[in-house]
Amino acid sequence: MSEIPAELRYAASHEWAKVEGGVATVGISDHAQDAMGDLVYVELPEVGQVVAAGDETGVVESVKAASDIYSPVSGEIVEINEALEDEPELVNNVPYEGGWLFKVQLSDEGELDNLLTADQYQAQIDSE
Amino acid sequence: MSETQLIFQLSHPGRSATSQAPKALSDDKLSAIPAHLRRKEKPGLPEVSEMQVVRHYTNLSSKNFAIDKQFYPLGSCTMKYNPRGANRAAMLPGFLNRHPLAPESHSQGFLSCMFELQNFLKEVTGMKGVSLAPMAGAQGEFAGVAMIRAYHDARGDDGRTEILIPNAAHGTNPATAVMCGYKVREVPVGPDGDVDLEALKAACGPQTAGLMMTNPSTCGVFERQIEDIAKAVHEAGGLLYYDGANLNAILGKVRPGDMGFDVIHMNLHKTFATPHGGGGPGAGPVGVSERLLPYLPTPMAGQRDDGSYHWIDTDTLSTSIGHLSAFMGNAGVLLRAYFYARSLGREGMIRVGEFSTLAANYLLKRLEAVGCTAAYPDRRASHEFILTFAKEAKELGVTAMDIAKRLLDYNQHAPTTYFPLLVPECFLIEPTETESKEALDEFVDAMAAILEEARNEPDMVKEAPFTQPVRRLDDVKAARELDLAWSE
Amino acid sequence: MPYIPHTPDDVRAMLDAIGADSIEDLFDEIPAHLKAAGKLDALPEGLSEMEVTRLMSERAAQDAGAVSFIGAGAYQHHIPAAVWEIATRGEFYTAYTPYQAEASQGTLQVIYEFQTLMTRLTGMDVSNASVYDGASGLAEAVLMSLRANRKSKSRKVLVPTALNPRYTSATQAIVENQDVALERVGFDPASGQTPLDVLKPYEGEDFAALVISQPNYFGSLEEVDALTDWAHANKMLVIGVVNPTSLALLTPPGEWGTEGADIVVGEGQPLGVPLSSGGPYFGFMCCKQKHVRQMPGRIIGRTVDMEGKQGFTLTLQAREQHIRRSKATSNICTNQGLAMTAATIYTSLLGPDGLGNVAAHCHANTQALADKLTAINGVERAFTAPTFHEVVLTLPKPADQVLAALAEKDVLGGVSLAKDYGMANAILVNATEVHSEGDLDLFAAALKEVLA
Repeated sequence: MSEIPAELRYAASHEWAKVEGGVATVGISDHAQDAMGDLVYVELPEVGQVVAAGDETGVVESVKAASDIYSPVSGEIVEINEALEDEPELVNNVPYEGGWLFKVQLSDEGELDNLLTADQYQAQIDSE
Repeated sequence: MSETQLIFQLSHPGRSATSQAPKALSDDKLSAIPAHLRRKEKPGLPEVSEMQVVRHYTNLSSKNFAIDKQFYPLGSCTMKYNPRGANRAAMLPGFLNRHPLAPESHSQGFLSCMFELQNFLKEVTGMKGVSLAPMAGAQGEFAGVAMIRAYHDARGDDGRTEILIPNAAHGTNPATAVMCGYKVREVPVGPDGDVDLEALKAACGPQTAGLMMTNPSTCGVFERQIEDIAKAVHEAGGLLYYDGANLNAILGKVRPGDMGFDVIHMNLHKTFATPHGGGGPGAGPVGVSERLLPYLPTPMAGQRDDGSYHWIDTDTLSTSIGHLSAFMGNAGVLLRAYFYARSLGREGMIRVGEFSTLAANYLLKRLEAVGCTAAYPDRRASHEFILTFAKEAKELGVTAMDIAKRLLDYNQHAPTTYFPLLVPECFLIEPTETESKEALDEFVDAMAAILEEARNEPDMVKEAPFTQPVRRLDDVKAARELDLAWSE
Repeated sequence: MPYIPHTPDDVRAMLDAIGADSIEDLFDEIPAHLKAAGKLDALPEGLSEMEVTRLMSERAAQDAGAVSFIGAGAYQHHIPAAVWEIATRGEFYTAYTPYQAEASQGTLQVIYEFQTLMTRLTGMDVSNASVYDGASGLAEAVLMSLRANRKSKSRKVLVPTALNPRYTSATQAIVENQDVALERVGFDPASGQTPLDVLKPYEGEDFAALVISQPNYFGSLEEVDALTDWAHANKMLVIGVVNPTSLALLTPPGEWGTEGADIVVGEGQPLGVPLSSGGPYFGFMCCKQKHVRQMPGRIIGRTVDMEGKQGFTLTLQAREQHIRRSKATSNICTNQGLAMTAATIYTSLLGPDGLGNVAAHCHANTQALADKLTAINGVERAFTAPTFHEVVLTLPKPADQVLAALAEKDVLGGVSLAKDYGMANAILVNATEVHSEGDLDLFAAALKEVLA
């Protein structure tokens, strides 16, 4: 059973978002990392890039699969997790902490309401 | 240990295979090359003797499975016997030493073979024109879709932005469509392995440039609604592309041109028995219907009224999609295919489809009898078929990959695994017409024994293979800690 | 039945196991009116191995017998006997793509060694397992440069007119459907080089890459350091197109200018692959480490097995079409395995000194040939730049006419530049280590007669 922290919001495409002071930290869920298997590479967006919710902002790769990352929110990329360049396995080991991917300065906090709650995300996984 | 050494580790400064190269020249012979354009140090190539090279690569060769050594039932790859006579013929000095830009006066022998091969391929596929230029199946696909685009463009029909592809298709199909500037729309395949016709009809429209499909499909069954599919796509103004990956199944039995396809590519390294060479070279000629003739890639071989042969190039076929290589494609592969076509002749071609289908259906029935699960049990197999080990994976924890690895211990090359993606834990098995009944029976025996092992000692199967030069490799390490070139 | 082993008894037993009465029954899912029976009448009857061999021997003999001085992207070299004796061993010749790594360590290690050899010749960090040929390799490099150059949003690449025109046209055909434009830059008609002057108009403009061919189509050596630094100063990547034999003598592209080339491609044929009417050859493709994920094609990595023993496997597969489908770096599935295997054996046999000697003889023989031909009245070198192993000569008569007359004497005297460059009287000639003094004299004598 994968971990789904109650305080986070989720996209149907398996990203999570945590908002603090108008900045959303984004990663992929425990369920998603588990389905991918051992990650070998993470491609991240560039700082300064302006993205809309649903835009492709990166790729996570395992040996046998590659999956696009979509930003769950709109805004400007203000930071990326550079540690992943050498240690992509952080996403496998600590997906909600050291395995975060990038941070977005929100342009519209109201968008968060479009994301799933932990319960709703759990329900989505159960139905897959 | 010598068996794991690299050629670079055998190197000693000053050692060389002296008889292999011309003698050294004094440096004043190079005085016309300015010093600042010269390299400062010799390249770090191995310095080894001729015998060291011969022994090293001969030993490496022994670490390969190959058709010449093992049954090699890779689905969709058509690993049939590669006649040695074809190799000898292609390596005749007159062919081998001919420069690709040699004048037509010194190319009549080669051109005659190419002209005839074009005609043979037209006949077996039912198409109106053939170009031999594409160097591999993927390049044939590219040429095919580029011709579809050229056709629409020439008519000013520029609203067509989409290529339809069944979701069971090989990954090259969508990758090719994108290389030709198209968007991809996937069409679902139904539970019986045929395309979902209603979904296809709903997807067709003024944005449809064409449909790419194989028939028999990657599900190992003949698409029974092919004429309805062709009608739907044609009525929407799109063209039909035939991926010839599975042509071996129907060679001599039914022709893509008669099914309504406008453009096809053939894989001569599959259907026409040219070698796979450890991953290439192949050859991917394309065939077209009447309306795509102006767009065929060049060069092609033509024949004059006096019987002599000539090149057809962009100076006379200005509507062509152009050249896909510096010269004319993989000529040596084409010569091998020509040899094969001449050996088989008309009767032999027909037997290819017949006996490859016989072998596949026999192997399927025998494997089902020893406990394997067919993905499409109610369908005839084409020249290949799919087994699924979803049950074994769930109940025993033994996956298709584990069974594939264990087959190597039984001296059988594994079938294609995990393709098509829509069948879980699958094998795609293609025995080809050149395997004897005994070889097929041995494979069945191996599979029966492995299923027994999977039930009794699953942990052992999960650790296979045991008899190969290496055990299972750490792919994660290979991708995380990239080591792509040797350094001392 | 050629290549089919089944006896009538086998067929009966197999049909019984299937529960079918005849082979024809196995095709009962195909609509009857589509079946091809009787439609293959244009095919001839099958022949025995002896008969096909005789037929093809006669055809091959028709094309033999001339002395050739044609280069233009494919070169005749001596190929040691061991090269193809080993490359055509069944274990290499009839293996497939190494999907089952444990049963393909031979092929995989050869590719890893090949990748290493290519990085050493080119001075680059990484190499792939080869692509189809040099020209299509350039097309892949152009597409790769668009992905790899993060400083540029352009879909345009600068391509010298002095690049092999067959490379330009193949690249054009392959990339044009993706809205990629090749901007042609001219050459200096006196030197036959691509000088910085012709690049000046593009200074400060957004292009993804500059292509540099060393040597260029005319055989002329370019000032690669200045060109490379100019491109980098203008935020363009550098795509080097090189001849592998020449790299035994010339500065490797990894050392061009201050930072070196970013992507390097070329035709691998000179490394032990016969002319063979144009193929199968192989294209090599190398790049800087930081661009490796943008490189198309197979790549092999060294790793360990579960017992810690060294082994080789396909890696970085998530770039490829079988995983990424429509988002793959290319639709390419294979490499030119057999030709690449031959090149690995060839390069190992020759070593650094042997390959250097081959390159030196090519250069010296071409110089000697040019000297002998320009001694003929009215024949001159077209350009002043230093050359490697090809040279452009101008003739006092139309090139096409002269070449046809030479061919009648069984001398294939090079390639005309009339069609591609509008240089009606110019020919491109090449000599390599295989040409003897006598061959060069034969050419000179024939040309003298034809021009007389």
